[in-house]
Amino acid sequence: MGIDLPIVWACIIAFGLMMYVIMDGFDLGIGILFPFIKDRTDRDVMVNTVAPVWDGNETWLVLGGAGLMAAFPLAYSVILTALYIPLALMLLGLIWRGVAFEFRFKADEHHKPFWDKAFMGGSIVATFFQGVSLGAFLNGFEVEGVRYMGGVMDWLTPFALFTGLGLLVAYALLGTTWLIIKTEGPLHDRLVRLAQPLMLVLLGVIVVVSLWTPLAHQAVADRWFTLPNLFFFAPVPGLVAVTAFLLLRSLRTGDPGPAPFILTLFLLFLGYTGLGISMFPYIIPPAITLREAAAPPESMGFALVGALLIIPVILAYTAWSYYVFRGKVRAGDGYH
Amino acid sequence: MSGLTALELARIQFGFTISFHIIFPAITIGLASYLAVLEGLWLWKKDTVYRDLYHFWSKIFSVNFAMGVVSGLVMAYQFGTNWSYFSAFAGSITGPLLAYEVLTAFFLEAGFLGVMLFGWHRVGPGLHFLATVMVAIGTLISATWILASNSWMQTPQGFEIINDVVVPVNWIEVIFNPSFPYRLAHMVTAAFLATALFVGASGAWHLLKGDNNPRVRKMFSMAMWMLLVVAPLQAFIGDQHGLNTLEYQPAKIAAIEGHWENRPGEGVPLILFAWPDQAAEKNHFEIAVPNLSSLILTHSLEGQFPALKEFAPEDRPPVAVVFWTFRIMVGLGVLMITLGLWAAWRRWRGTLYEGRWLHRFALVMGPSGLIAILAGWYTTEIGRQPWVIYGVMRTKDAVSDHSTLTMSVTLIVFIVAYLFVFGIGTRYMLKLVGKGPEAGEEDPATGNDDPGQSPARPLSAAPDLKKEA
Repeated sequence: MGIDLPIVWACIIAFGLMMYVIMDGFDLGIGILFPFIKDRTDRDVMVNTVAPVWDGNETWLVLGGAGLMAAFPLAYSVILTALYIPLALMLLGLIWRGVAFEFRFKADEHHKPFWDKAFMGGSIVATFFQGVSLGAFLNGFEVEGVRYMGGVMDWLTPFALFTGLGLLVAYALLGTTWLIIKTEGPLHDRLVRLAQPLMLVLLGVIVVVSLWTPLAHQAVADRWFTLPNLFFFAPVPGLVAVTAFLLLRSLRTGDPGPAPFILTLFLLFLGYTGLGISMFPYIIPPAITLREAAAPPESMGFALVGALLIIPVILAYTAWSYYVFRGKVRAGDGYH
Repeated sequence: MSGLTALELARIQFGFTISFHIIFPAITIGLASYLAVLEGLWLWKKDTVYRDLYHFWSKIFSVNFAMGVVSGLVMAYQFGTNWSYFSAFAGSITGPLLAYEVLTAFFLEAGFLGVMLFGWHRVGPGLHFLATVMVAIGTLISATWILASNSWMQTPQGFEIINDVVVPVNWIEVIFNPSFPYRLAHMVTAAFLATALFVGASGAWHLLKGDNNPRVRKMFSMAMWMLLVVAPLQAFIGDQHGLNTLEYQPAKIAAIEGHWENRPGEGVPLILFAWPDQAAEKNHFEIAVPNLSSLILTHSLEGQFPALKEFAPEDRPPVAVVFWTFRIMVGLGVLMITLGLWAAWRRWRGTLYEGRWLHRFALVMGPSGLIAILAGWYTTEIGRQPWVIYGVMRTKDAVSDHSTLTMSVTLIVFIVAYLFVFGIGTRYMLKLVGKGPEAGEEDPATGNDDPGQSPARPLSAAPDLKKEA
């Protein structure tokens, strides 16, 4: 056997979800920031920075779902059944927010404040329940053989609620630092000021999750705190500290440019890596591994050809689209 | 929700969410190609009427597209949340097909949509046209994959079942399964037809209001040409699809025809009207044309085809629903052909833009394409019952183990949210249609040439923005 298909597919799905977190993270973050930015013109500018690209960003979430079904149908069926309620709420949030992109501009005048609220509420609900789903995933699922045996509300734990709130902070910071690149003037300066406390709260969230998971799960503690693993994985928390420091420093300059955004991405990437280290090789924790949940090689191989050939092309034209819409967005720019 | 089982509630939820989902992508498929044609004609002929129509329809397209995306997002997850045993059993086939749809179609559409909608001044006309064409191609690729997947569930082949899991053994057979070419042709044509009817009704509305300008005339004329060609073509494709269904899913055809039993030596009548009674195994109030079904399906007056009683009662689809949805689809199809012919006759007489009765007819036919699509899908999907994968897996074995309470609550939440969100969205689309295409909304030669200050399209739909700018 040349390639280990389950591992390759786990990497592709992880990459897709990472792309999703990065890309939809900042446009969801813009909705999360609406409570802090009340001015209509400012809000229009904020939405216009992502209007041409949000749809592509969300497509990574569909790829995550489709990739999971293709490569790990068992995980797709068990995890999605277990997370029915939070995922349904996430999807409803995404519906409200997605249509609000269009409706904000095309509504009757007296409806417009309503669609602003829908954009804000939808972004917050979608993000919160994404975080809850993540927390519930880390907590693991009760399975017997290949059947989900837990209840419909098993996802509702203090830890999952905490990760829900944590993801709100993470996306808010992504949104803030994205907007620092794309805006100017008073709005830009307000966002720079907003980024600092958000950054500190996010650091707190990362610390709490890093302590909570090993305390709650012996397997995670064993993964991190035994030798020689401790030495291999020690750079991860170290890099988190360094990145956080650089991020705070970059926010002290007048126009920090793209640095805070890139550093925030790196911070989330590190957090994501940490979770990967904790979970591997389970795809339905704590019982079923990647290999056990894998689709037949005929399925994984067929889909792999497409993924390897097409994902680079997707990245190329996505980059081109961002290039076309580069630069600061000003009031009155862009929309229909 | 008393009396409904969790299985029935799951089926209603799927039917409800996918019924909304089918409407928007059908218009997306049709409008994307229409926009590509309009932009191509604008670049070729330099007639501003095409550019003005492009701007007009792309606004409506963008609202419709957003609704298609968010309603589709739900579908990608519903297979796992509500039909987990189906996904665990057959995700090895439907999963890769869906993954290919995402990779080759969704990203293509989404990646070029931004440039198409917002990039009119940001890229050159050639690149912009390329973006529009890419979006249009993306919609067609998307239809191809999802219909391959659906068709495989209707006429499965190219697999083995090993350890209670479907294992694909030949992907070419999986994708090019027997019903796929017919279903693909039928659905894409239906999307074009539904869009032509929608565009035609929009033109008719403005003609009736007295907005008799070149843009309105052009869109009405283009839609009527499309209808004249595509509506009869669709009847032919549908007939071929029916013959294919007779070969692979005879129980569905028997239900469509309300055909309970064959009598020795007699041809099968075409039943025009009846009330099929599943329990009594017969039709009430039947009005039929003798031997016509035999002629249509077997091309002989005495030919017979399998009847419902030849299938065990637990293998029969719900007859009355399938019988009626099919007749709604075909009846609307006949009206579409009539509209196309009437308009052609008017055009020949030189009075295409004057006949008020023609315009009224075109207006009320506006939603008929979408209704026919829904009716056709109900026919083929309910006609497949009791199977989710025809002959391989029963629908009742596919559903997740959710309680009736869970399914009732989520169903109500989905219904309320969908009716509100998509109801309002449809109203906004119709409002945009009501504004009508404006002339010379912006001229690339004389208009806004500041690259940093580049409204993608006129702010006519958002006048408040203009004020604030």
